[in-house]
Amino acid sequence: MMPVGLTHFLVLGAILFCLGLLAVITKRNAVTVLMGVELIINAANINFIAFARYLDKDLDGQMFGVFVIVIAAASAAVALAIVLNIYQRMRSVNLDEADSLAG
Amino acid sequence: MDNPILTQALIVLLLPLAAFVIQIFVGKRLPRQGDWLPTSAIFIGLILAITLFGRMLANYDPAFKISHRFDWINIGSLQISFGILIDNLTVIMLVVVTLVSALVHLFSIGYMHGDVRYSRYFAYLAIFSFSMLGLVLVDNFFGIYIFWELVGLSSYLLIGHWYEKKSASDAAIKAFITTRIGDIGMLIGIMIILATLGTFGFDEVFAGVADGKLSGGLLTFAGIMIFFGAIGKSAQFPLHVWLPDAMEGPTPVSALIHAATMVAAGVYLVGRTFVFYSADALLFIGVIGTITAFIAATIAITQMDIKKVLAYSTISQLGYMVAALGVGGYMAGLFHLMTHAFFKALLFLGSGSVIHAMHHAYHELHDHHSDPQDMRNMGGLRTKMPITFATMLAATCAISGVPFFAGFFSKDAILAAALEKALTSHNPIHMVIFGTLLLCAGITAFYMFRLVYLTFFGEPAKKEVHHHAQESPTVMTVPLIVLGVLAVAGGYGHWFEDLVTKPDLAAYATTALVSPAVPEAGHEAAHTAHTMAMWLSIFAAGLGILISTAFYYWKKFSAEAMAERFKPVYNFLWNKWYFDELYAKTVLAGTHLFSRISGWFDLKVIDGLVNGVAKITVLGSRLSGWNDNKIVDGLVNLTANVVGWFGATLREVQTGRVQNYILMALGAVVLLYVLQLAFA
Repeated sequence: MMPVGLTHFLVLGAILFCLGLLAVITKRNAVTVLMGVELIINAANINFIAFARYLDKDLDGQMFGVFVIVIAAASAAVALAIVLNIYQRMRSVNLDEADSLAG
Repeated sequence: MDNPILTQALIVLLLPLAAFVIQIFVGKRLPRQGDWLPTSAIFIGLILAITLFGRMLANYDPAFKISHRFDWINIGSLQISFGILIDNLTVIMLVVVTLVSALVHLFSIGYMHGDVRYSRYFAYLAIFSFSMLGLVLVDNFFGIYIFWELVGLSSYLLIGHWYEKKSASDAAIKAFITTRIGDIGMLIGIMIILATLGTFGFDEVFAGVADGKLSGGLLTFAGIMIFFGAIGKSAQFPLHVWLPDAMEGPTPVSALIHAATMVAAGVYLVGRTFVFYSADALLFIGVIGTITAFIAATIAITQMDIKKVLAYSTISQLGYMVAALGVGGYMAGLFHLMTHAFFKALLFLGSGSVIHAMHHAYHELHDHHSDPQDMRNMGGLRTKMPITFATMLAATCAISGVPFFAGFFSKDAILAAALEKALTSHNPIHMVIFGTLLLCAGITAFYMFRLVYLTFFGEPAKKEVHHHAQESPTVMTVPLIVLGVLAVAGGYGHWFEDLVTKPDLAAYATTALVSPAVPEAGHEAAHTAHTMAMWLSIFAAGLGILISTAFYYWKKFSAEAMAERFKPVYNFLWNKWYFDELYAKTVLAGTHLFSRISGWFDLKVIDGLVNGVAKITVLGSRLSGWNDNKIVDGLVNLTANVVGWFGATLREVQTGRVQNYILMALGAVVLLYVLQLAFA
């Protein structure tokens, strides 16, 4: 049995990132898009911690991971507040309709 | 300026100026319309001038001369200084000018009573006096030119005082323009002086001439040019035509112009700059003066207007003075200027008094058509106006050269100078000058006594007018009496000859150039000339008076019959040698023709050019406009369209959907990655 190495974590991170990106690009529901964003953030987090564990041997990467989780929570709060506002304005959270920046 | 004489002279000069300034602005609101203000100013000036004169007589010094000077304009190398110069001649002129002017002021109070512009009239009199005093006092050509023009201006204002009358305003313009023609010559002369000597001051210029820095033909030319100013102002042939017309002004103004100010300016100028004139220039001056004296004397014979006769006699006497200066009779010419100032002022004021009386008489009779100045309407006035008659008779004797009157001495001096020159110079022209002057002396006596006979003797032409005529008020007769005394006594004593010495050019030389003294005429020749000239002049005057008496008092001959017999001559003289007509035909017609040509040139050529330029400009603008509309705008629009097309195309990308943007970013990253793989 092959020992679990850095590559596995990186592949896992890449898969998670791709899933998250897929969700962000394709989903119409704003909340689902936010979920995709969380996936992307956590993919990055996995990379941080994997690199910390296998390359640096100190706690810098893990520190970053914790930090990112905190920031992600805060940004999720802000994002949800924006989504709520969008809903109040348009009675919908369909992102295809939120195109007032169209050129 | 610590010299009291200078201060005093400056006060004399500035008093009339101050009076003018006050009078012109507030004169109308002053009591009596302010007539007392210039009058008292000039009287104070007269008193100061007389004290100066007294001081000069007391400290007798022929070479007396003081001056004060200050820098006026400094432009690079051009330095113009201004100053006043006082010598014996100046002081005498100060007295003459202030005296005549003061008496004219006094006389005017009576004469101009009730005039519409009474206060302004006095203001003008004051500025006239100021100008003349300034002209007498300045020490350089530039200053004399300034005051020269001021005199011209004030004479213009006064001659045109009754400008509602067309003839008066015409006369004022004529006087102004005619004298201006002479002034151009004077300006040219001054510019020659500046160009060659670089200074204006009399002393420096004379020194330059004495040192030979300006000499020969140019000196003669400059002298004649300066003299041109005098020709204009002193009414010499051929610019004498303005003076008779200047009679349109109020009579006291005529007195002032003729006696002490305007016309005297020219003679004074020649006297002041006497050493400046070369022998040729002096000959020219002498000839002009003689021609003037003769022409004017002959015209005066036939004139009927009392003031016209006096006007021509003034021109004639000025010709005398100028001729005297021309033959080197410096003293004689200026002496005559002074005595003439007295008796001519008297004659004019006397005629003013007569006109005043005639005017008054016509007014009483409600006759507004008869001419109060026409001698044919007068006659027999001596009983009605005894003071005017007596003083005018004295003045007539003086101007005619009757022995023991002031004019006799000065006229005699002129004839003596002319004869002396004629005897010593061996130039036939000088002989002609003497002969003509002698003839003029006779003619002068004739027409002046004619004036007196026609005005004061014989039967009154109109009984009722005579009945209403009366002597003028005291304010008018007092000046007559004062001048009468001077006309009788002004020539006695040798004071003038003692005080005024003929300037010598050599004295101005700065280098120790021993110029050979011009051999003066032998004393004997001078003595002979004097005795001979005296008897000849008495003879000429006596003959003139005799003929005049025969014609107009004894009525032995009839003047009308005489005029009828010599009709062409009479008409020629009556029409003043046709000078006005000649000038109308030549100068005026020429000017008109020139104006018309200029007008045509203006309308056709200049306007044509302007219109052509305008047309070309319009065409140019059209082209430029087309270029602007089509080419420039086309380019701009093309640029805008291209940019617009790109914009329209590219805006499709901006969907406003966040997910599209992310997709594009992803695509871009992938693309970059592929490129990196491909090229790295």
